[in-house]
Amino acid sequence: MTRLRIVLAAAVLIVAAPAAAALGIFACEPEWGALARELAGDRASIYVATTALQDPHRIEARPSLIARARSADLIVCTGADLEVGWLPLVLTQSGNARIQVGQPGYFEAARHLALIEVPARLDRSLGDVHPAGNPHVHLDPRNIGKVAEALSSRLAALDAANAGYYRERSKQFLVRWQEAIARWEMQGAALKDLPVVVYHRDLSYFINWLKLREAGALEPKPGIPPGAGHLGELLAQLKRQPAKAVVRAAYNDPRPAEWLSERAKIPVVTVAYTVGGTEQATDLFGLFDDTLARLLAVAR
Amino acid sequence: MFKRNLTAAAVALAFPGAAFAQDADLSKVREEMKQMKGDYEQRIQALENRAKAVESGAGKSESAFNPAVSLILQGTYATTKEDPNTYQITGFVPSGGEVGPPKRSFDLGESELVLSASVDPYFRGHLVAALTPENEVEVEEAYFQTLALGKGFTLKGGRFLSGIGYQNEIHQHAWDFQDAPLPYKAFLGGRLNQDGLQLRWVAPTPFFLEFGAEASSGEQFPGTDRNKNGVNGGSAFAHLGGDIGPSYAWRAGVSYLRTTAENRVYDDVDSTGGAVTNSFTGTAKMWIADAILKWAPGGNAARTNFKLQGEYFQFKQDGTLTYDDSGGNAVFGTVTGPFNTDQSGWYAQGVWQFMPRWRVGYRYDQLSDGTVSNGIVSSGLGPVAADFPVLGNHSPSRNTAMIDWSPSEFSRLRVQYAADKSRMGVTDNQIIVQYILSLGAHGAHKF
Repeated sequence: MTRLRIVLAAAVLIVAAPAAAALGIFACEPEWGALARELAGDRASIYVATTALQDPHRIEARPSLIARARSADLIVCTGADLEVGWLPLVLTQSGNARIQVGQPGYFEAARHLALIEVPARLDRSLGDVHPAGNPHVHLDPRNIGKVAEALSSRLAALDAANAGYYRERSKQFLVRWQEAIARWEMQGAALKDLPVVVYHRDLSYFINWLKLREAGALEPKPGIPPGAGHLGELLAQLKRQPAKAVVRAAYNDPRPAEWLSERAKIPVVTVAYTVGGTEQATDLFGLFDDTLARLLAVAR
Repeated sequence: MFKRNLTAAAVALAFPGAAFAQDADLSKVREEMKQMKGDYEQRIQALENRAKAVESGAGKSESAFNPAVSLILQGTYATTKEDPNTYQITGFVPSGGEVGPPKRSFDLGESELVLSASVDPYFRGHLVAALTPENEVEVEEAYFQTLALGKGFTLKGGRFLSGIGYQNEIHQHAWDFQDAPLPYKAFLGGRLNQDGLQLRWVAPTPFFLEFGAEASSGEQFPGTDRNKNGVNGGSAFAHLGGDIGPSYAWRAGVSYLRTTAENRVYDDVDSTGGAVTNSFTGTAKMWIADAILKWAPGGNAARTNFKLQGEYFQFKQDGTLTYDDSGGNAVFGTVTGPFNTDQSGWYAQGVWQFMPRWRVGYRYDQLSDGTVSNGIVSSGLGPVAADFPVLGNHSPSRNTAMIDWSPSEFSRLRVQYAADKSRMGVTDNQIIVQYILSLGAHGAHKF
């Protein structure tokens, strides 16, 4: 009998412990995991569902994700259909009422931003278009600032006991962030009109922010893998209007970029895309420092 | 720079006076241009604001509440050595489902129409209607699912694909081969979709642990409609899963199904070729063990990935069989005797995406006819083993290979070859070309 009690007590402890410790945050992408870490510090236990080396469009509703979503207090995702292939299943299968769409435990970054590249025509003959606009919003640091404000008030609402702590951290973060943006914009002025070839439309916000020029894309259409025909056309186009670099995200297949780089005689720049994509991109500040440094190296 | 100088030179040539314009004029022009610029910026700003207003307004119309709609189109072109109309899995009681290979030549598969949306904050609704090539509409799934129970619980009700096994819950258009593995064909009529309730509970553990139980009308094979109050079929399952490093994800499970059949009929012929109707009444019990392992380098499935999947089935039936040849030669009339089967089957398959868009796969499946104790034959009530040709001593097996090409996430073309030994003493060589297209809302696929 006593043994049973001990076992039961242990079981209760195991089950109850993670819930009591801190606000459980399930971040769909590394950038939101990093932002939550900045804003919540040690008051939250953060699980990041995907890595910078995974194509955000090709994530599956793995059992481990369902298990983590089961106990989360807050789910922080991009929205705008970026997670449409897996998140709806994770949400319904988790059996977690708190993080369902519309609940306070469900946070979508894109809701708080104005999206670019909203398609005027919705037709899949144009590729895997996102009806709400380009969802790769985090590469414009001003967006991170806006999301930070919204996310910190959500944290304060969910965990009222620590509301003051979240507000203070958010204030400090935003000050540092605005300073960093000013610095990046100064450095980034050298990137203005830099013609670059991209892989997918996942760097558009960055390009838009620092006014780089997109000279072409390796994907013929969003979500359609690069093929020989399209790459040939792109190469011919680059002969007429040269670009300075092929920029690919860490998760993109390196081969099409290398193929083009060799023939067009322009370097490949592999950018982190999100936190963890390169050794230097250990947090949000590192992400932009590193991305800028890599691009500035070819702009000179 | 050079270009700008050229333009300046061109302007100077075209308007010789301009080059000698006085400073006052220049500053006036500059001022005007500045004003124009400001004016345009204001106008652009106004336009942007209007666009934003239109965008946000669009979400307010009635149709914005329409469910997400998607449509699956599929079809085949098949060449088979044996006649698909006479397909049987010898050694096993026919499961009544459409389990044979597709029709020879061109054949339209089932077109699936999927509608799904949140009902309110508490429920989600989901409908899968199949438009069959025979011009009929079948309700494959129509269920509600709770959103707000919490504590890891989800309740599903209506008609749904049962949670037993691994492949059973996967929709046909997401299968890695054109048809179901042999144990699914022989023991579940292809797949089990049932009318009933399902309760699932996900444990609050860092790894995936899930339990589920289902109560159903038990109408689908191996059960039948019994016109009886209460629950006629039940199943339970447990799943365990997780990740091994960033590159591997897995899930394993066990399931149990129990259901009852009353006058479950199948047609056969006696030893002289006369028509016979057999009907089974009794209970059916099934155990399934399933496992799946997925690999993608660094968890990034975009370029290459591999999927290994296998299931083992054990299937027992206990009851009575009634032999009736009154519709044929009427030699014995109606004869009833005890009937028990204890059979098993398994399959294993691997699918490898070796480059973007391209996948190859191989599947081996096998059934063991195990013990079939037919009281009618053993107690000498009249009909002999030769009067039950479908139940002949045979352990079917099959080798299947496929290659598919997916131009995008929404389209897939497949060629599949199978050497099918489902029938006794015959190898059916099947070549099937298949297309699967998915239109409309981007559905999420199960792991």
